[in-house]
Amino acid sequence: MSSALAISHGSSRRYRGWVLPISVVALWWLASHMGWSQSGLLVSPEKVAATAWDQIASGKFWRAISASLTRNLSGFFIGTTLGLVLGCLLGLSHTFERLVGPSFNTFKQISLFAWIPLISVWFGLGDVAKVVFLSLAALVPVVVNTCDGLRNVPPNLLEVARVYRFSRWQTIVGVMLPAALPSIFTGLYLALVYSWLATIGAEYLLVSGEGIGNTLIDGSEHFMMDLVLFGMVVIGLVGWSLNALARIFERRMQRLYGIDPR
Amino acid sequence: MAEHKIVARDLSMEFQSLDETGQTERVPVLEGFDLQVREGEFLSILGPSGCGKSTFMNILAGLAHKTGGELLVDGQPLQGINRNQGVVFQGYALLPWRTVLDNIAVGLEIRGVGKAQRLETAREYLELVGLNGFASRYPHELSGGMRQRVAIARSLAYNPDVLLMDEPFAALDAQTRETLQSELLRIWGTHKKTIVFITHSLDEAIFLSDRVAVMTQRPGRIKEIFDIDLARPRLPELRNTQAFIHYRQRAWEALRDEVTDITREPAAAATHQNWQSIATLGGYRIGV
Ligand SMILES: Nc1ncnc2c1ncn2[C@@H]1O[C@H](COP(=O)(O)OP(=O)(O)O)[C@@H](O)[C@H]1O
Ligand SMILES: [Mg+2]
Repeated sequence: MSSALAISHGSSRRYRGWVLPISVVALWWLASHMGWSQSGLLVSPEKVAATAWDQIASGKFWRAISASLTRNLSGFFIGTTLGLVLGCLLGLSHTFERLVGPSFNTFKQISLFAWIPLISVWFGLGDVAKVVFLSLAALVPVVVNTCDGLRNVPPNLLEVARVYRFSRWQTIVGVMLPAALPSIFTGLYLALVYSWLATIGAEYLLVSGEGIGNTLIDGSEHFMMDLVLFGMVVIGLVGWSLNALARIFERRMQRLYGIDPR
Repeated sequence: MAEHKIVARDLSMEFQSLDETGQTERVPVLEGFDLQVREGEFLSILGPSGCGKSTFMNILAGLAHKTGGELLVDGQPLQGINRNQGVVFQGYALLPWRTVLDNIAVGLEIRGVGKAQRLETAREYLELVGLNGFASRYPHELSGGMRQRVAIARSLAYNPDVLLMDEPFAALDAQTRETLQSELLRIWGTHKKTIVFITHSLDEAIFLSDRVAVMTQRPGRIKEIFDIDLARPRLPELRNTQAFIHYRQRAWEALRDEVTDITREPAAAATHQNWQSIATLGGYRIGV
């Protein structure tokens, strides 16, 4: 009996998350159809759906989303690659840590968006500037978590490595990196989330070219709220998908390491 | 001399630590530590917590450096990590991303033994510790007792002459601990090794050992060594015999002052009637 209760409880919880969005859409539909607001800034759900269809059918949506995703992934790969290298150097070499550590710690305190003026002066407003900005967004969490993971390898595992006479290289590859893997993965996960946020930020602040962020700007400049809302939904969905993808990998990794998934 | 596997003479070890005022302070952990371990014997070192047992073990394993005295293994001064010694750590220290079998094989892998050969050897030791069928599990899927079995198999697979064990069963529940004690004796009976076994349990030391060495509190040295003349094979019922209880009392007498000082209990209170409650205060499990 108690298990039956738990199941019905579980399934009702499953759908609970939908209550708020469905109510909001219903309210929105009512508001735009009952003439509660005369403002042209409140568009109906159907108008947004029609705009979405138009964007998709005309190919504008695909051009925007592929420009944004390409940018996002290039920045993510460049940033995480550099981040892994830098994080490993900081985590493994005391000399490097002493030379570069303090500078990096100062560097990471600078708010990401404070880089925009400098980047736009050096790299303009084009794709290069955007990718540089995105790489920066992805770099910081990867460096921090990689370095942390390597520093916090459980001392007893390092003793095992010494007792069984692992060489320095074998210790790094066979003990330190695998032990740091969950932490490194947290860094990659954050990099994926940050770089998508930064993609939209970059398109919004370094205005030029195509992208979902530009769709948003277009909409707001021409008071086309349907276009703005469509853009927001797409940004949310992409963010959610990236998050879900990263989560699947994270779960796998945690299961392998015996960490209880949160 | 040749019959002595390990000889420690006037061994000392101190740590440098910073006190509140930022001055370096010398913390002597071992001082005047003398011990001779015979080839093939099962020797337990019994001492209050913090007396330097793990420190001695780490020096013997080559993981820490003595600051004075002499330490000979097979008549030679100890230099670095000795590959004839296997270490079983206080925590199990298994590599969480390796399967049970790959954990057991890790020492052989680093030594350069080929894959087929090392997995075969690993399987042999897996069977020895009674974990058939768990070869491809991961450590987190095992209970504490099973993990410790894996750790023991890993040390044995390396085929050392000496097995150093630092409170290997301390974290296990009473039943599992007793099962593993018997298992360890069985394994020791078939694979003759010299075992140096560190514990803070009187019963464990007496049940397992040929000799028990009792340490003083920090700075630690060996206070007393006595032989345990109990016949082998030793069965669990042995713990209830008069002879066993006699040894337990004897060991407790050697240990009592070291423990009561630490807990700041008046030593005079440790009369025969209430020694059990004092023993509990000192963190000692007496009786089962
Ligand atoms: N790295 C260290 N620096 C300073 N003191 C230490 C260090 N390691 C251990 N000690 C001290 O040495 C003493 C003995 O430690 P240990 O050998 O671990 O004791 P035991 O294993 O007998 O419980 C303890 O009092 C501990 O505080
Ligand atoms: Mg200890």
